[in-house]
Amino acid sequence: MKGKEQEQVTSIQDFKLDGSVKWCAGCGAHAVLSAVQKALPETHIKKENVVFVSGIGCSSRFPYYINTYGFHSLHGRAFAIASGIKVSNPNLSVWVVTGDGDAMAIGGNHFIHILRRNININILLFNNKIYGLTKGQYSPTTPRGSITKSSPDGTIENPFLPGELAMGANGTFYARVVDSNPKMMKDVLVEAARHKGTSLVEILQNCVIFNNKVHSEITGKDVKDDNQIYLEHGKPMIFGKNRDKGLVQTDSRFKVVRIGEDGISGKDILVHDAHNPDDTRAYMLSRMTLPEYPVAMGIIRAWQSSVYEDMLYKQIQEARNKSKIKCVDDLLTSGNAFKIG
Amino acid sequence: MKKKAKIIEVEEVVVKFAGDSGDGMQFTGSQFSDTSAFVGNDLSTFPDYPAEIRAPEGTIAGVSGFQVHIGHKEVQTPGDKADVLVAMNPAALKANLKWIKPGATIIIDIDNFDSRHYKKADYIEDPLSDGSLIGYNVVKAPITNLTRSTTKEFGLDNITADKTKNQFVAGMLYWLFNRDIKIGQSFLENKFIRNPNLVKANVAALYAGYSYAETIEAIATRFEVHPAEKGRGLFRNITGNMATAWGLLAASERSGRPLFLGSYPITPASEILQELAGMKNLNAITFQGEDEIASICAAIGASFAGSLGVTSTSGPGLALKGEAIGLAVITELPLVIIDVQRGGPSTGLPTKTEQSDLMQALYGRNGESPCIVMAASTPANCFDFAYQASRLAIEHMTPVILLTDGYLANGSELWQIPKVSNLLPIYPPLVEDNDPSYHPYNRDPERLSRYWALPGQEGLRHRIGGLEKKDVTGEVSYDPFNHEIMTITRAEKIERVADRIPKQEIIGKKKGDLLVVGWGGTFGALITAVNELQKENKKISLAQFNYINPLPLNTGKIFNNFKKILVCELNMGQFANYLRSKFPSHNYLQFNKIQGLPFLISELKAKFKEVLEE
Repeated sequence: MKGKEQEQVTSIQDFKLDGSVKWCAGCGAHAVLSAVQKALPETHIKKENVVFVSGIGCSSRFPYYINTYGFHSLHGRAFAIASGIKVSNPNLSVWVVTGDGDAMAIGGNHFIHILRRNININILLFNNKIYGLTKGQYSPTTPRGSITKSSPDGTIENPFLPGELAMGANGTFYARVVDSNPKMMKDVLVEAARHKGTSLVEILQNCVIFNNKVHSEITGKDVKDDNQIYLEHGKPMIFGKNRDKGLVQTDSRFKVVRIGEDGISGKDILVHDAHNPDDTRAYMLSRMTLPEYPVAMGIIRAWQSSVYEDMLYKQIQEARNKSKIKCVDDLLTSGNAFKIG
Repeated sequence: MKKKAKIIEVEEVVVKFAGDSGDGMQFTGSQFSDTSAFVGNDLSTFPDYPAEIRAPEGTIAGVSGFQVHIGHKEVQTPGDKADVLVAMNPAALKANLKWIKPGATIIIDIDNFDSRHYKKADYIEDPLSDGSLIGYNVVKAPITNLTRSTTKEFGLDNITADKTKNQFVAGMLYWLFNRDIKIGQSFLENKFIRNPNLVKANVAALYAGYSYAETIEAIATRFEVHPAEKGRGLFRNITGNMATAWGLLAASERSGRPLFLGSYPITPASEILQELAGMKNLNAITFQGEDEIASICAAIGASFAGSLGVTSTSGPGLALKGEAIGLAVITELPLVIIDVQRGGPSTGLPTKTEQSDLMQALYGRNGESPCIVMAASTPANCFDFAYQASRLAIEHMTPVILLTDGYLANGSELWQIPKVSNLLPIYPPLVEDNDPSYHPYNRDPERLSRYWALPGQEGLRHRIGGLEKKDVTGEVSYDPFNHEIMTITRAEKIERVADRIPKQEIIGKKKGDLLVVGWGGTFGALITAVNELQKENKKISLAQFNYINPLPLNTGKIFNNFKKILVCELNMGQFANYLRSKFPSHNYLQFNKIQGLPFLISELKAKFKEVLEE
């Protein structure tokens, strides 16, 4: 857990801030803020050790609405700013709040590199598949063909799936949640905070103004049980209103099957292994899309691997132990220095 | 009977090593420089190498050079022209013939002077017989063959054996300059500490070169350069990039703030990153970002968390960092940005020097975005200015851009080593936990800088960011009058730094016919040329600026006392234009050079005389 050396009992009130939250009424971001404020006390992290860093966009106003240390930075650059904060002081619990434009477009490079380095930071990626703050242009996650202000004839670009990119970048923790399920969000956020390494939580978020009901196929009340599969480590991958559908693997692909049909029983259903060092299945799960598959929710991957700043401070300690040069005066007079007079 | 070479005592001498990129000329040059420093000569060096790692062998494009100027007298530049040239092949000779003095000694590797190499160097006639070398003392040494036969016993293949050629050359130079060869030997023992066989082969080549030079009768004159009178103390030979890195370490130690360098490799700044990457024993953290932007942003994050955040780069990198510098301006965080200038625009001349990033440093950002801009002026004082840049960044809570250049960065000089405890103290404006009066934009009444409350501190939770903030309290504010107040305050904060920097010095009389004005890395050439004209009783003085924004408080005044002002810089006149905007009542003459090369003393003297006589 991040900042475990200084644990503290906190409550939701500790993270609330006076002043108005300036997201649109009905925006999914309100629910995320509330889930974060509920999750933080469960982590027992000292409130002064929490830092929220954001880029630019609607979601990136987040640090102004939560009572922690906060840094609202540059478009796309929150990952780099957060990396500097965390590496500089590993006791801090550092959270990045970003959106699909901020993280996938202008910050795409920093996004893959923070995952590759596996710095112990939590990323909340608000994915509403649209540029909200600039009023409705398509983003890198907007489905092909979508009509937006900057694609009047439909986009001709293939969208990114953030999870797919995360796996390609050696991400060690990837989860997906929806803004309409506060309990799922809170539980996953607590686990993200506990994971040592870069934790990426993709939040399927609704933009009530520019992309309303963008995720309704997944989140709609009457379809969500059949169109989502909630993954839990060590449990069979079963879903559906009647909990009668599951995933099996045939050849190199998943297949959706019905329990009780074609001789399939509960035992045939694959068990979710989020901790597997091999990310092949996590990659396949992150790519599942409607209508062939349900969309995977929950913690898709949580693999404990070596963490950047742990290795760095280990090297520092080793260098300090080994070197005869203990201060700058030692350095200046080392090697080819000589006396005159 | 063998003629004995006579030893002549000289005040100064310039040696140029030139060969293929792979001939080890940079190494030999450094070795010779360190040896000269060790025996107490003053010195200044200048490596001049191509951007390509290994351009085609034997061609002019592939010539790598290293010039060193050593002296009993004070030495300020690597010298205009060489007294001794080492040319490992015809291309090296061809490229450097115009940069040597009449009567100079030229040592060539005769084994490479054949028709194949002449063709590669675009020689139409044999330069050894076409008369072009008349008047020079040419030493035709079979360096390749003698080195190969010397190193045979170590079982090296020809490629590895040829890599010790530079030590054969070094040996010759040790004899030529009457140097203790043991110093060269210990240099090799340190360099190849992990490979005893390489030490043996290189040392053998070194001694072979020495004996060869002693035995042949081709060298009529040896040089003796006595130790310089630099005063007493500890000295070393240091390059600008290394001095920069060490100055940052000193500032970190003195301020108690851990050093965090975010950097992306770029010529000619990479050595700063490399040097600090090996300083974990002094708690230095280097973060090699995925690009220039990530590197500066990580440094800003580190600074927010309480580190001395630094980023090092060159011109194209500074362009990429512009937006992030603006973020450090508005969030008022300490940040040091080191720009090792090179030839531009775009990729330009990556390995050549220029001073053309001044306007970018001053104005290359969106919005009203002032920061401190300063420049180092010698390789060794990169230490002082890196230290000073850190001090001002921390104490005034602002980004500071420190301009050095390729010439300072790669060049070296003799440096009297300071004690860290004698450097100016650095007082970070930290805040006590739970200070009830803390607000993000509360300011020090004199400096107008805000205070540095660090994440993790109790009772100081706050938020900063790129949106305009309300004065004092730091909430997001779109209020038009508040924006004006904040903009003026940020500018005033930088202007007030002028109270805490030294007055501008004039070297020479405070009144006269001509004030030569320079800034940054041109100091060595300008001071040498000005001194020489002062000796000819010309009424000429020099003002070399290190502090550019803000300018020293007395800047306007010093211009009043001269009939003419000549601003010399390695660009099209950026500092001259800056001075015109600040002190418009003066007439600023210009002398500009945009060849990727430093000023020559001869061309400066000629220009000064012309201006004085007009």
